[in-house]
Amino acid sequence: MRLAVVVWAIGRNTLTDLVRQKVFYFLLIFGLLVIGNSAFIAKLSFQEQFQMLKDISLGAMSVFSSLLAILATANFLPKDMEDRTIYTILAKPVPRYCYLLGKLCGILALLAIAILLMSGLFLGVLWLGESAALAETRAQFASASPEDLALAIKEVTASTFNANLLPGILVIFIKAALLASLTLFISTFATSSIFTILMAVALYFIGHLQATAREYWLAGVDVDWWSRLLTAIVALLFPDLQAFNLTDDIIAGTAISLKLFLGTAALGGIYIAVYFALSAFVFSGREL
Amino acid sequence: MKWRQVAAVLLLALCGAAMLPLQGRLTREAQAAHFRKTSLDIGLRERIGQAGFLAALSGFRSPLAAILWIEAHTAWENTEWGRMAGLFDTVTTLQPRSLTYWDMASWHMAWNASIAALQNEKQASEALRIKAQREYIHLGRDFLERGIKNNPDRYQLYLQLAVLLRDKLEDHCAASEAFAKAASFPDAPSYAARFAGYELAKCPGRERDAYEKLRVLWVQGEKQRLPSLINLLRDMENRLDIPADERIDSTPAFRQN
Repeated sequence: MRLAVVVWAIGRNTLTDLVRQKVFYFLLIFGLLVIGNSAFIAKLSFQEQFQMLKDISLGAMSVFSSLLAILATANFLPKDMEDRTIYTILAKPVPRYCYLLGKLCGILALLAIAILLMSGLFLGVLWLGESAALAETRAQFASASPEDLALAIKEVTASTFNANLLPGILVIFIKAALLASLTLFISTFATSSIFTILMAVALYFIGHLQATAREYWLAGVDVDWWSRLLTAIVALLFPDLQAFNLTDDIIAGTAISLKLFLGTAALGGIYIAVYFALSAFVFSGREL
Repeated sequence: MKWRQVAAVLLLALCGAAMLPLQGRLTREAQAAHFRKTSLDIGLRERIGQAGFLAALSGFRSPLAAILWIEAHTAWENTEWGRMAGLFDTVTTLQPRSLTYWDMASWHMAWNASIAALQNEKQASEALRIKAQREYIHLGRDFLERGIKNNPDRYQLYLQLAVLLRDKLEDHCAASEAFAKAASFPDAPSYAARFAGYELAKCPGRERDAYEKLRVLWVQGEKQRLPSLINLLRDMENRLDIPADERIDSTPAFRQN
């Protein structure tokens, strides 16, 4: 119970500190992107408009949340050491893993708030677009049969909201949380925040190729031994980030089953737990 | 490197090995549900450049597709049909599950580009203008057929293919098949089945088959009994010499109306 209070206090302070660093200003850029994009594409058909809006907005949410996860996590350990706050905290009866867990919880809270705000803005703009398209459709089909009107309305609503957007947004959060946990692991043995950021970005790209490397390795294609060794290293050491890229297909209307969503969430949860456990293991022996 | 860091890397590799079955199972499940099926090959790499390819590999397929679609729209405003076709090809490769992209790409090619080719004042030869028109129509058809291959679980592109076959190629037999395929989906609009019958009625040698199918629709009730269906059935009854007591006008259901 006492440790939970400690984690809560560190997490709350981390979140407050990050908010004071004005990280939410990026939402202005996100807002400009979403609203500006909507204004620019007004001359396209409504199906194209909604497709673009979803493509750009969810893509931007993925970029911003990934960047936020990497940058916020990479910065806290060097900053705490520079400010010497880490010594004040660890001089008290606070286990090192609690310190890391509190920091990670603070960053996850920041990511959750950021994704909630971005989702609110995106869904608000989508709702406004849908309302305008529905009003226009009703006016155009005023003299048509009820069946034709219902079909036209169904076409509009089908291209805007669908229930799969919600799991899609949750998967974006899980991916960002995984990146935060991975960056935390790197930062426990890194000597500077620049090294951590560079490593995390490199791992981000490699992680997207992990699935290809894994399939290539497991298929047992007869190639040079060093090539197979390289694919095995990639498959074993890096996370499969492609598993979390479901939004591209969700935007296009592909339905995500509960089983697939839970499987993806479980994979994300395991990765987060593994990277956190390894971070705690390395950090417990680090000389400060 | 200290022993803890070495041990952490080894533990990471062990965890990675333990997670391989879960990762593999999840990939197979995702692919069975039409996720993660896009093939990002060397051809796409040449079309979108290294930075674009890297973005596509890194989970930014859909924003990249949206940007290229806007570029294609600009090409349309400048009537650069060839460039549009290339961009549509790239966009649909990046987002093969988006019906909007397949549908709009086909419409631009089979309708807009084909008409522009037919009215091209720079081409003096009418034969060449007609040839170019046909090529664009077939390009539009090709987009829809590839779209259907990537979305066999949805009816919308079958409907669009049927409309193209009917209105642009006047292949009524094939149009009927495409409408019938669309109608076989539970969420398809009710007109798909009627249109399949209408097109089959125009397919040489299939008139009797068409009459029976349309008659089945007529029996289904009020929702399908539109004036176009009733008129066509009467016309076919005359053409096929259907006995008077078997005609729709003689049925109790019709007399009630």
